[in-house]
Amino acid sequence: MELFAKPLPLRLRSIILSVAILALTLTLWELSIPSQKDAGELTEYELLTGGGAPKAGIPPPSEVLSKAWEQLSDPFYDAGPNDKGIGIQIGYSLYRVLTGYFLAAAIAIPLGFLIGMSPLMYKALDPYIQILKPISPLAWMPLALFVIGDSQASAIFVIFICSIWPMLINTAFGVAGVRKDWINVARTHELGSIKTAFTVILPAAAPTILTGMRISIGIAWLVIVAAEMLVGGTGIGYYVWNEWNNLDLTSVIFSILMIGVVGMILDAIFGAVQRGVQYTE
Amino acid sequence: MANSFLSIEGLAKRFPSPDSGSEPLTVFEDVSFSIEKGEFVCIIGHSGCGKSTIMNVLAGLDEATEGGVIMNGKEVKGPSLDRGVVFQNYSLLPWLSALKNVTFAVKARHREWSREQVMAHSYKYLEMVGLSGGAELRKPSQLSGGMRQRVSIARAFAIQPELLLLDEPFGALDALTRGTIQDELLKIWRGTNQTVFMITHDVDEAIYLADRILLMTNGPLARVAESVEVGIPRPRSRDEIVEHPDYYKVRNHLVHFLARRSKELAGTKSTLPGGRPETVRFGDDDTTEPERPNVYAINQ
Repeated sequence: MELFAKPLPLRLRSIILSVAILALTLTLWELSIPSQKDAGELTEYELLTGGGAPKAGIPPPSEVLSKAWEQLSDPFYDAGPNDKGIGIQIGYSLYRVLTGYFLAAAIAIPLGFLIGMSPLMYKALDPYIQILKPISPLAWMPLALFVIGDSQASAIFVIFICSIWPMLINTAFGVAGVRKDWINVARTHELGSIKTAFTVILPAAAPTILTGMRISIGIAWLVIVAAEMLVGGTGIGYYVWNEWNNLDLTSVIFSILMIGVVGMILDAIFGAVQRGVQYTE
Repeated sequence: MANSFLSIEGLAKRFPSPDSGSEPLTVFEDVSFSIEKGEFVCIIGHSGCGKSTIMNVLAGLDEATEGGVIMNGKEVKGPSLDRGVVFQNYSLLPWLSALKNVTFAVKARHREWSREQVMAHSYKYLEMVGLSGGAELRKPSQLSGGMRQRVSIARAFAIQPELLLLDEPFGALDALTRGTIQDELLKIWRGTNQTVFMITHDVDEAIYLADRILLMTNGPLARVAESVEVGIPRPRSRDEIVEHPDYYKVRNHLVHFLARRSKELAGTKSTLPGGRPETVRFGDDDTTEPERPNVYAINQ
């Protein structure tokens, strides 16, 4: 009973439980992979149909781990168009995501300001936003490829179009929701509209805007994988699809995990920025 | 009265009625009064009589349907740094520290000042309201209600406006804190010779602070019916003021007005030209008071 008298801190207990879940999952996974049958045990028919050849199957976690070690110890090698290190592939994806994303931010945030401050603009632009917002970003791909004519730029455009909406809507919502009192403070201090926008409205709406930016970066990272599977050439999405064509499931699983890790890092960065601009009333 | 420091002429606020055709809703009309430089004036009235609207019109944040406000011979149009406002809910910017909230105002007032000048000026006013020693670096959410209102008062005084408008500044504070900040407000007011116009619901607060108390009838169709002069000499102290012979006369008059006459007088027109309020004065020789024209007093 002495042990239960003083329970471990919650943080520590949650870490122990997380590790236990991981260990259990990996063990079950490792055990559930059937080992290849020995050729000697096969019937003549099975041998004739190729049963003795190594079959593609889900690799055990141990293999994935050794693959990860191999890849991560040399992430930036470049041995031709179909054989580049994971670091290079992720680099290409990040380049496309960030380019499309910041282009979107450069348009969405000023436009969101305008919509949020002007009920006229809000009402005029709302139908367009409502129609354009639910379109799957990949549906733009054929049109983008035709109009832009370049697969790289098309992928960036797809990222642009998918990340613009949450930022636009959240900026407009945040700006429209700035408390009248704070606007009045700006007015009684004779601040001009530009000064009011930067010193009062922007900081007041910043948490809402950052929420939109965080949602957008998450969506952009989801979409880049699918976009790169379509346009091919480079990037983590292309890498996954290429390894599938090579029937290298170990690399497929490894790259899936890497997509998750990079997505988590991106979210954590925006989460930190969001906490930086947060305020309590 | 056109040469008063601040003169409010025939102010009215009407809202169009929701169904077209019928009469618009008039919150108040024929509101005229004036304030002299350096005066401390309180306005009392029940909720819905339009006190806050009058204050917002004075601040330039709202527009009256009729009438206008003239300050220093110029018509009030839009907000200005000449009129500082302390809002009931403090209206501090929550993402800035207390100090930054004050420097925000000082920078707006003195755009040409250096950082050091702005800091020194801001600290001076923060110290005046008793905020120093690290508390000024906290965000408003980390301060108590009383502290927040102190910051708000410091911000308003720091821009040294010609007219200070206070909208129920102590409404959300407990009685003890309220007393302390009232004293601080009086101290700063005496030091700066500012003109103050303040909304309150508290009769004792009004008598303690004001030179003159404006009484409003109930809305709709409210007006400023009376202007009660508080002749109690300054500096006043909280414990001695109740000993003054006029104190309970003024107090009873105010309570009586709020409890009964504000309702009875609702919708009536002023008998004075321009809708000016009747002046009520309590002197040592009460008996002669009712003799004067346009002066109202109750016999105790």
